[in-house]
Amino acid sequence: MIIHHPLLGPRDSSEFVYLGDASLINRPDWQAEDATEAFYDYAYLRDNPAGEHRELWFHEGGDRSWLVVTRNTATHEISKVELARDVARAQGRSK
Amino acid sequence: MHDLVAITALGGTEPKIDRVGSVTCTETPGVALASVAARQGREDKTRNAVSQLIGAETPAVGKFTGGPIIAFWTGPDQWMIEAPFETHEDLAHLVKENTGDTASVSEQTDAWVRFDLDGEGVLAVLELLSSLDCRKMAAGAASRTSIHHLGCFVLCRASGSFSVYGPRSSAGSLHHAIVAAMKSAL
Repeated sequence: MIIHHPLLGPRDSSEFVYLGDASLINRPDWQAEDATEAFYDYAYLRDNPAGEHRELWFHEGGDRSWLVVTRNTATHEISKVELARDVARAQGRSK
Repeated sequence: MHDLVAITALGGTEPKIDRVGSVTCTETPGVALASVAARQGREDKTRNAVSQLIGAETPAVGKFTGGPIIAFWTGPDQWMIEAPFETHEDLAHLVKENTGDTASVSEQTDAWVRFDLDGEGVLAVLELLSSLDCRKMAAGAASRTSIHHLGCFVLCRASGSFSVYGPRSSAGSLHHAIVAAMKSAL
């Protein structure tokens, strides 16, 4: 499997490690009223789609950037690769 | 004063040189290193400061520029600065003076071991060592990759001439991997 790194171009997937669902970058506010429920949801509840799935990959054997990879879980086709920091900043996050 | 003897990363008093076929692997201890990471919102200022320091355009993705102080790209808004140890022993201090509060600077001298690979068959050796597409690397290219499960930087100094930076604490393992690959490939 080849992952098209947005900066470095096509790289072998063996250079990357998989973390999990891309929603993990949206860590809940620990001071919120419903923090307990939000963290339960954040830590344990996952969708398991047969199809397009957004997930976090770490380029460990490369430039060590975090990526959001859109991958079809049925075909392994990768349709989109973004830097996770760009995704977070597009959502108005500062870091 | 203690009477201390300087040793190289491989433990010798002289840098180790290995020759197999047409390729030479030279341990190169005489370098000072410092890493630079731009602070958020000050990326452009950091880029300018690095550019002034190295006397060249700050390297883009996958490149290195400058001389005798060079910078190579290590990640988004991050660079490693390299200079001859003899003249720039206090490199991290110099880099910090240049970048000020626009960037975070870390001393990296002696955190890395450098092996220079030169010779005609060097691409065959690098192909065995990593998944990097080294045949597409021209002079001035720099990339991080995994060699022997170690995170290493590979710099293409000129055609057929590469530098490999690996973690100094694993210098022996990296040296073994390189020499084994040289014996296999050549």
